[in-house]
Amino acid sequence: MKKIEAIIQPFKLDEVKEALIGIGIDGMTVIEVRGHGRQKGHKEIYRGQEYTVDLLPKVKLELVVPDSRVDEVIQTLAGAARTGKIGDGKIFVSEIAEAIRIRNDDRGEAAL
Amino acid sequence: MNRLSILSGVLFLLPGMALADTGTRIAELEKAVAAAQMSADNAWMLVSSALVLMMTGPGLALFYGGLVRRKNVLGTMMHSFILMALATVIWALVGYSLAFGGSGRIIGNFDHLLLNGVGTDASGGIPALTFMVFQLMFAIITPALISGAFAERMKFSAMLLFTALWSFVVYYPMAHMVWGSGGLLNAFENGPIPCFDFAGGTVVHISSGISALVCALYIGKRHGFPSEAMKPHNLVISVIGACLLWVGWFGFNAGSALSAGAGASTAFVATHFGAAAATLGWVLVEWIRDGKPSMLGAITGAVAGLVGITPAAGFVTPMAALVIGFATGVVCYWMVAVVKQKLGYDDSLDAFGVHGIGGTVGAVLTGVFATSAVADPPEGWAGLGLVDGNAFQVVNQALGALLTWVLAAVATFLILKICDALVGVRVDSEQETQGLDLSMHGEEAYNFES
Repeated sequence: MKKIEAIIQPFKLDEVKEALIGIGIDGMTVIEVRGHGRQKGHKEIYRGQEYTVDLLPKVKLELVVPDSRVDEVIQTLAGAARTGKIGDGKIFVSEIAEAIRIRNDDRGEAAL
Repeated sequence: MNRLSILSGVLFLLPGMALADTGTRIAELEKAVAAAQMSADNAWMLVSSALVLMMTGPGLALFYGGLVRRKNVLGTMMHSFILMALATVIWALVGYSLAFGGSGRIIGNFDHLLLNGVGTDASGGIPALTFMVFQLMFAIITPALISGAFAERMKFSAMLLFTALWSFVVYYPMAHMVWGSGGLLNAFENGPIPCFDFAGGTVVHISSGISALVCALYIGKRHGFPSEAMKPHNLVISVIGACLLWVGWFGFNAGSALSAGAGASTAFVATHFGAAAATLGWVLVEWIRDGKPSMLGAITGAVAGLVGITPAAGFVTPMAALVIGFATGVVCYWMVAVVKQKLGYDDSLDAFGVHGIGGTVGAVLTGVFATSAVADPPEGWAGLGLVDGNAFQVVNQALGALLTWVLAAVATFLILKICDALVGVRVDSEQETQGLDLSMHGEEAYNFES
């Protein structure tokens, strides 16, 4: 099992979600986050007081998938989230040791 | 035909019958007319009183509450709301009497202690109770305005003590001097420094604005100011608050006519025009200088315009109101966005820049634009302001403003000293970091768990 964490542009969430559902991925967790990579922040002015905002609003998706589906999920996700501009985000993949379904104690891939 | 004959019969009989009690009937008629007029005026004045209360809560509470960080929103709203209670009780016990009792030059007396003699008698045009409660709403919002300067860092106990003392030393004397019988600045009562202040440019806005500056300087900057970002946590509620202030201001200014007559219409139109022109003024210079016209700029400009037009509202033409509003919007922007940044003091929500400066601009311009075309001059005066040929009125207005600056600054400094000695005015740094909502009030505005 692998965990796929994707940090994407907030306005791409719907497209990404639909693309993933389209390939049969029906479980995910979505979190509103702030952060920045290479994309520069922007300037905000309140009554003449200037602030540089470098932590930009992003959306983070977390999903755990069977090893066999990792490549397919990454391709679908990246394809849907891509605009080609700086700030599109990143995808991280990591190993998952165990998964447990709380309702009935299913273990491993059966719990996904 | 039948009815006509009855009517003519009655008319024929009337003179004979009426001869005996014509006097009584005319007296009754006059009484009925006076009662009808009183009721009309009273209806408007009660509505106005409610509108002015609405300016403090929720108007100012939302306006200020949205501008602070999320950890201080309840503490900031409390500064406004608690005054709806505290200022009311003090006013009932002694405040009204000190503001409007007797005919001293500086302050009232104890004639109306515990509202003694303040009842339904309407010999002044409206019931004394209505006048008392209308004026009370001004005594509530004025100290609440100051809270913008010490937001996010003043101890709640100190805030209560400060505003209570401030009401006695600054507000009641100011209200008496400008509007009270025999007051030093009351142009309509032969005051030695005759000022025109229709609805509280000096009494409310200069006094609170200058006191705000002294508070900001005395209490010092918030931790992290200005290097740390202290953005408004919710401009949406600030916009709602500003709109409520704008609407409430119709009660504030048009209510200050103390009747439902033409004077109220003059003030109502001037108020609205002032706010509109100031919004455009602020947004325009902001757009040119900062590159973008902001929502926060628009609402701040509107409030500045409402402040600027307050002393002038019942004395100026609609076109003059546009000029006063526009000028106030531009000057207040310059004060808040340019001068404050250069001087570096932390008037957190710009109570000084908007109310102190806007009030001063309005007071002086009232001396320019006040005209007998829309308002009756005081007895024995040929005209009102510069446009009526009375150039010296500009000097009178400036003197009145100056006196208010000095009284507010000196008194505020001394009161802060007293509060500091008794309870300490500033929260400790741990409380400030935690936020006033938790450290002062033991609650949070936005709860994750519920």
